[in-house]
Amino acid sequence: MPAEALPTGVLRWMILGEWRAHPARVALGALAIAVGVALGFAVHLINTSALSEFSRAIAAVNGDADLQVRAVSARGFDEQLYPRVARLAGVAAVSPVVELTADLGGGPGDRLTLIGLDVLRAAAATPSLVGRGPAEVRFDEGSLFLSDAALRAGGHRVGDTVEVAAGGRPQPFRIVGDLPAAPDGQRIGVIDIAAAQWRFDRVGRLNRLDLKLAEGADPGAVRAAVSALLPPDAEIASPDSEVRQTDNLSRAYRVNLDMLALVALLTGAFLIYSAQSLSVARRRPQFALLQVLGADRRTILIQVLLESVAVGLLGAGLGLAIGLGLAQAALSLFGGDLGGGFFGNVRRPALTFSPGAAAVFGGLGLASALLGGLAPARQAVGAPPAVALKNLGDAVDPRRTPPLVPALGLLVAGALCALLPPVGGLPLFGYVSIALILGGGIAGVPWLARALLSPAQRLAPGAPSLRLALNRLWGAPSQAAVALCGIVASTSLMIAMAVMVTSFRSSVDDWLLQVFPADIYLTYRGDGDGFDEPVRRAMTAAPGVAGIAFLRTTSLRLSAERPPPALVARPDPGGSLPLVGGRASGPPPGLTPVWLSEPAARIYGHRPGDRLLLPLVDPATDKATTAFVMGVWRDYARQQGSIVLEQADYVRLTGDRLVNEAAVDLDPGAAPGAVVARLRAALPERLAGRTLITESRALRALSLRIFDRSFAITYLLEAIAILVGLAGVTATMSAQTLARIKEFGMLRHVGVLRRQIAAMLAAEGALLGAVGGVAGIGLGLAMSQVLIHVVNPQSFHWTMETHLPLSLFAGVAGALIGVSAIAALMTGRRAISQAAVDAVREDW
Amino acid sequence: MARWKPWAVAALTMFLVAAAPASPRYAEVRPGVALAFPADHGAHPDFRTEWWYVTGWLETGDGPPVGFQVTFFRSKTGSDPANPSAFAPRQVLFAHAAVSDARTGRLVHDQRIAREGFGLGTASRTDLDIVLDDWTMKRQADGRIRTKVQGSDFVLDLVLDSSQPVLLQGKGGYSRKGPAPSQASYYYSLPQLKVSGRIQRGRKAQAVTGQAWMDREWSSTLLDPSAVGWDWLGVNLADGSALMAFQIRDASGRPLWAGGTLRPANRPATSLGPDAVRFSTVRTWRSPRTRVTYPVERQLTVRLPGGERRWRVRPLFDDQELDSRAAGGPIYWEGAVTVEGGRGYLELTGYASPLKL
Repeated sequence: MPAEALPTGVLRWMILGEWRAHPARVALGALAIAVGVALGFAVHLINTSALSEFSRAIAAVNGDADLQVRAVSARGFDEQLYPRVARLAGVAAVSPVVELTADLGGGPGDRLTLIGLDVLRAAAATPSLVGRGPAEVRFDEGSLFLSDAALRAGGHRVGDTVEVAAGGRPQPFRIVGDLPAAPDGQRIGVIDIAAAQWRFDRVGRLNRLDLKLAEGADPGAVRAAVSALLPPDAEIASPDSEVRQTDNLSRAYRVNLDMLALVALLTGAFLIYSAQSLSVARRRPQFALLQVLGADRRTILIQVLLESVAVGLLGAGLGLAIGLGLAQAALSLFGGDLGGGFFGNVRRPALTFSPGAAAVFGGLGLASALLGGLAPARQAVGAPPAVALKNLGDAVDPRRTPPLVPALGLLVAGALCALLPPVGGLPLFGYVSIALILGGGIAGVPWLARALLSPAQRLAPGAPSLRLALNRLWGAPSQAAVALCGIVASTSLMIAMAVMVTSFRSSVDDWLLQVFPADIYLTYRGDGDGFDEPVRRAMTAAPGVAGIAFLRTTSLRLSAERPPPALVARPDPGGSLPLVGGRASGPPPGLTPVWLSEPAARIYGHRPGDRLLLPLVDPATDKATTAFVMGVWRDYARQQGSIVLEQADYVRLTGDRLVNEAAVDLDPGAAPGAVVARLRAALPERLAGRTLITESRALRALSLRIFDRSFAITYLLEAIAILVGLAGVTATMSAQTLARIKEFGMLRHVGVLRRQIAAMLAAEGALLGAVGGVAGIGLGLAMSQVLIHVVNPQSFHWTMETHLPLSLFAGVAGALIGVSAIAALMTGRRAISQAAVDAVREDW
Repeated sequence: MARWKPWAVAALTMFLVAAAPASPRYAEVRPGVALAFPADHGAHPDFRTEWWYVTGWLETGDGPPVGFQVTFFRSKTGSDPANPSAFAPRQVLFAHAAVSDARTGRLVHDQRIAREGFGLGTASRTDLDIVLDDWTMKRQADGRIRTKVQGSDFVLDLVLDSSQPVLLQGKGGYSRKGPAPSQASYYYSLPQLKVSGRIQRGRKAQAVTGQAWMDREWSSTLLDPSAVGWDWLGVNLADGSALMAFQIRDASGRPLWAGGTLRPANRPATSLGPDAVRFSTVRTWRSPRTRVTYPVERQLTVRLPGGERRWRVRPLFDDQELDSRAAGGPIYWEGAVTVEGGRGYLELTGYASPLKL
């Protein structure tokens, strides 16, 4: 038969025949690929959709300025910057803006971005922020324009008079019109800039300058000219840098999910490897026959690879469809951050499909299928046809010890990779390290199987079935590796994730105890108001209150490219924060002491004893404040980092005397419930509706619930990975058992009972499961350390202590042993139910 | 007279603060107040509204003459005087400029508006010195007035040199606006201004010379409630005489009030009362865009002690309509016109719809 005639007909027939015979194995490989593709694709879609929604929100508040000067803190910058920027060449219009976060009406959650602008300037620079309403009231100090969303949220109508609170000052405004150009869902209010400065005590300060560039002006030149004028408390921001900040913030979280997608893809690749290895091994005589008949090695190679490609295509297509559905469902259920809370008050985004991403993730799925099929394909053409025609079993000589060196090499390379720094803020080498460790671990499975089984074999147990099982596994460790690679991959990655999450959760739990030592916490859940002096006095005087610490949390922009870290003012930071690592003594005279959270210290590269320039103008020197880092503390709450300073320093630097959080210690014996009621009674009505009063116990429980919610998707995906892996083991075990029918017939001929063969198979399965469990858990532990000490600090900027989920280890090992034993037993029973004579004859 | 420039009307309505805590207090216009210069060239911020209004003709050297108009307005708003913010909109400045070129066949115009403050919008109280972003008008030390405006399609950079003394309108600068004595303004003009400078249209800049007329007026009172619009004409006659005439119309189109001044060269001016000025229509033009009909060609009859004089007023070209609805203003006609032996500017308002105050 000529070689050219061979491919289409015969090869298609071979593929289809093989699939018809073993549909489950094909389906499993495709499914694992599908899970990986779906996960990666869905995460990408969700994030793209959420980001585009977020950028719409940013654009809504910013109007349509070409360039923006922004204050680094809520305190703003000196308004004299405005005329200086307005006179620059290339600037067509400048709209000065006072931007306030405000609370509208009385209900909780009615937050509003309140924009004070000069309508005459905004008309030229940011027309979308110009309200629609009667012209004669535009300049009125009491006029307010609200976006549709803000009107709807509070059930207000044009003509109503509402109370708007910002900076601790509730002020009445009359709604005179709406903001037709504000996009759906954005809560924005617009008032006159003079009214904003006067009524909210911001006279002399601005938060933003929105610039429209002259036609033909060089944006780079204007940028440079503007930068040259900026004081330390202002910076240039283009609208997209804010989107980038959020992208940075959620990137680490996405990396986590992408990691899971990788797990699924790798598991899929190994499952395809298992399935293809087995099917190639079984069909070796067929391939040899084809070669003898004239097919060249390339044709055979392509044939086997085509099988993998077909499975990969199936999986990738399925995965893309599932990913699309998953993204849609997740967006409508959890919103754009999958419960992670990175996108603020942005409404549920609409799904944005991206064909480019679909191609990338589909391609990845196909690539993993190809990768899984490559080794078996080479195997198919590796053996000389004459030998292959006769040989069916494990081609490896049982007397040879499985090699350890390649495995060790991969493991060492993996360990070295873990020592490398992040790339572009991402722990890329951390992931490379995990992949290398995984590869090394799987390459070492044959060696491990022999190492684990040798002592047992030397003990030579009495039961013949157990001895047979031991001997077989000891003698054919590479078959064990083929059966196990899928499950070892999924188990080890799953164990690694589980160890990381458990460690994280325990560390968060410990940390919660440290940061919430008081009995009751009060948080004002608004942005425009807080506890002023009389309110604080009333709270302190409430019976049952032994002491109160008041806190102020705002934010401070340190870099245009990064989300602004929180700025926290509290009494005695040095004594009350959960410090990690060393602490500096000091501070040197003239410097302001600050305590940085771990993320802040890592993001901005500071250690205790460092000096740090804060963009807060010190009234004493009229220059930016130089701060001195006293210590670094653990903070899991704010991934963007937080900077803590003494309350007195904060008031001195910002003039902001407002307070929005309080920690209350109770008198011994005071009933928490009663004190909560008294504290609530001490609050004026405008604050009471928006103040959350929680006992610390409930607060800790709530925090852990939020933690669990944000990792819920992780748990779910781990479970899926493990199930697919177990199914893979089952399928591979069945195949290997079925391939040994002739062997069982021989055993029956020499007098072994069916029961004994069944016991032998069960023992083999259990031993195999045990080897897989040991390998999976051991590898998982190694990889978890990479996750904990490399991936997490590099992407989230925080550290944690390792805690082992021992019950999970036991569960996983037990499940592995049990499932493997049962799978072997079930297929074994089918194999040995045939008459012994037929079984021997089965081979020709 | 009452160059109640439509823009001023629009600006006024825009900046009335309806819900001001106390009803805003404006200075009153009274007869018998002598104007003092140079202080009265400057702003009078206690009055509700005020303008510096220049119209004229320019010779470009290589083509037909073009008309131009540069105007600065100041409005006092009812904003709360207690507001300490530097952004408090106490005064709003507005400026408008237009070029009438027969070859273009229509007006090219632009405007600026800002609240006073930060040196981006200022009007001096001591002499003519106004800054509104990149637009300026200033009386220099040598007494000449320099104004610079740059629109998106044109730039005007002109020096105005007064060849004649100030022309006080009405009774020594006290000018009646309507039947009620309270409807009045302080009003003087600078006719026969010699213009030199530069004009740029598109990319083409050229030196120009010409004549212009400047009106200065400030007041706190509004038009009579039954007024719907007005016609105003200011002409530099070739013999050095200056002619100004206006009428305020009611809904039926009849004059509610009228007035004017004729100052022959080197002789005292004659003030014209309501019954001494008559406008009649010779020809109308209908705007193809807005379908508004304007009486663009007029016969002006003025009764002087020595007998009647008539002038035929013809537009430089018909389409000198301004549609400022996009900026919140009205539709009106304002353009360069010729009379026998003179050139001037004619303003026609209230023909599209009544101007409301």
